[in-house]
Amino acid sequence: MIEIERLTKAYGGTTVVDEVSFTVERGSITVVVGTSGSGKSTLLRMINRLVEPSAGRVRIDGRDTAKEPAHLLRRRIGYVIQGNGLFPHRTVAQNVATVPRLLGWDETRIAVRVRELLELLQLDPRDYADKFPHQLSGGQQQRVGVARALAAEPAVVLMDEPFGALDPIIRAKAQQDLLEVRRRYGTTVVVVTHDMDEAFRLGDRVAVMSRGRVLQYDRPAALLTRPADPFVTQLTGVADRALRLLSLRRAAEVATASSPSDPPIGNTARVREDASLRDVLSELLWSGSPAAAVVDAEGRTLGWLTVAAILAQARAS
Amino acid sequence: MARVGAALKFAALAALATFLVVPQRFASLFAPLNPSGAPPIYDQGNLLALALAHLGIVCLAAVASAVVAVTLGILVTRDRGARFLPLSRTLVGFGQTFPPVAVLALAVPLVGFGEKPTLIALFAYGLLPVFENTVAGLKAVPAEPLDAARGMGMSASERLRSVELPLALPMILEGVRLSVVINVGTATIGSTVAAKGLGEVIIAGLLSNNDAFVLQGGLATGLIAVLLYEAIGVLERRVCRTSRIA
Ligand SMILES: Nc1ncnc2c1ncn2[C@@H]1O[C@H](COP(=O)(O)OP(=O)(O)OP(=O)(O)O)[C@@H](O)[C@H]1O
Ligand SMILES: [Mg+2]
Repeated sequence: MIEIERLTKAYGGTTVVDEVSFTVERGSITVVVGTSGSGKSTLLRMINRLVEPSAGRVRIDGRDTAKEPAHLLRRRIGYVIQGNGLFPHRTVAQNVATVPRLLGWDETRIAVRVRELLELLQLDPRDYADKFPHQLSGGQQQRVGVARALAAEPAVVLMDEPFGALDPIIRAKAQQDLLEVRRRYGTTVVVVTHDMDEAFRLGDRVAVMSRGRVLQYDRPAALLTRPADPFVTQLTGVADRALRLLSLRRAAEVATASSPSDPPIGNTARVREDASLRDVLSELLWSGSPAAAVVDAEGRTLGWLTVAAILAQARAS
Repeated sequence: MARVGAALKFAALAALATFLVVPQRFASLFAPLNPSGAPPIYDQGNLLALALAHLGIVCLAAVASAVVAVTLGILVTRDRGARFLPLSRTLVGFGQTFPPVAVLALAVPLVGFGEKPTLIALFAYGLLPVFENTVAGLKAVPAEPLDAARGMGMSASERLRSVELPLALPMILEGVRLSVVINVGTATIGSTVAAKGLGEVIIAGLLSNNDAFVLQGGLATGLIAVLLYEAIGVLERRVCRTSRIA
């Protein structure tokens, strides 16, 4: 758990982060969004004290971060620097092994961990472990940066635009991987991004920043249904907010709750339980079916979703 | 092109080695330079021994100035040492602008004749290239990996050892290379204060009006300089290959 209290940074006379307070629950993902220069990176870097706060404090699992030597604190916190920052003179495997080495892990444990992470991030260790960063594409470099941040199994990971250089397909995969990491290790994550879709896909909570202040810290759906500031509405977008809202709901939640007992008449589509309502709606529109069967991983039908049931969910309540 | 270059370097090495081991083979080549009938090949000492002594002094001085210059370069690129950069620059620059001959003249009364005053002169003369390249190399380390190193929790000394120095190493080696090459030539003046070296051959030639000796001393020194330059270059490329420069 990360507790941020009235955190402030001023350079000379200008305040670039202004009394920011919020709490990131253990094992949750908080996404920080905002325009360029709004103070996102500065806020993130105050959490691991790469930037010393002018005022306020940060507690991680109850411990004040200011009470610990900064370099020891940072070894416990994974960090993905904006623009990756890999060590150009070290191989991919050596880059990933950085923090475990600092922590004095033995070589076998390091080797096992490096391999596990490269596989998790779709970089076949046989091909990539001994490559140098300049031999990789920008997207591959970013994934190595993410692997390096996760290497020592930190309880907290800070990521500054970690997927910026990835194409949409790899990016979606990397986002899945991050959710998987969180599920598997219970990692608490703070991610900075410019991409609202990414914020909605990843965030349990989203912090919207503008000029150093957090205008709203809330669940993604609440940003759409109860925006605290016109800037929030502007950032999340008006045109597709109904669809955004649908994308935040899983098929299973709605299907089981409002399922008719008998299967609807006519052709039915089949969708997975973890599909979003947006995806289900899209599938129904495309196939022309009036309803979809929501199935679990074994193919058992959990319930039914009709177009009408989905449309009822799309209106802000 | 590369093949021709390699062949030339090999030929130079072979010629130097032959000349140092069996100089008399070259007698007919140098004979036209001293029609007076004086010996065409230096005969007042073993050329190989002189060359090795020459190399020894140069290497010892190079190691000493590299250690001092790199250490100083590291200190003045730390936050706390930054204000000493101008002063260090002046001192090191003075070491190179002050003529080595004058250093010898000043050093002899203090440390006596022989290798010591020569070492001092070469040491002072060789500081500048290593120092400047160390400073430039450390300052050129890109900000992002340094920031990442901090973010990963490396202490200042860990950052220096595992990020800054490795990335600056090609530049530092280039400085050492310059320093060594300059000092191979400069070391010949050591013979004026009785340090063993190839300067003896040149001075013997000057004293006896024997141009053949002068040329022999000069050529041997020059070839050693060129070959050392190449050898350190090979080392540098090996370092760069495992570094960022593809
Ligand atoms: N070391 C510094 N000294 C002075 N001003 C700084 C410093 N670091 C950042 N700033 C200023 O603080 C403001 C916020 O910077 P920050 O990097 O946190 O923005 P950001 O939201 O991460 O932007 P981007 O999305 O472009 O990365 C900017 O106006 C920047 O110029
Ligand atoms: Mg930023």
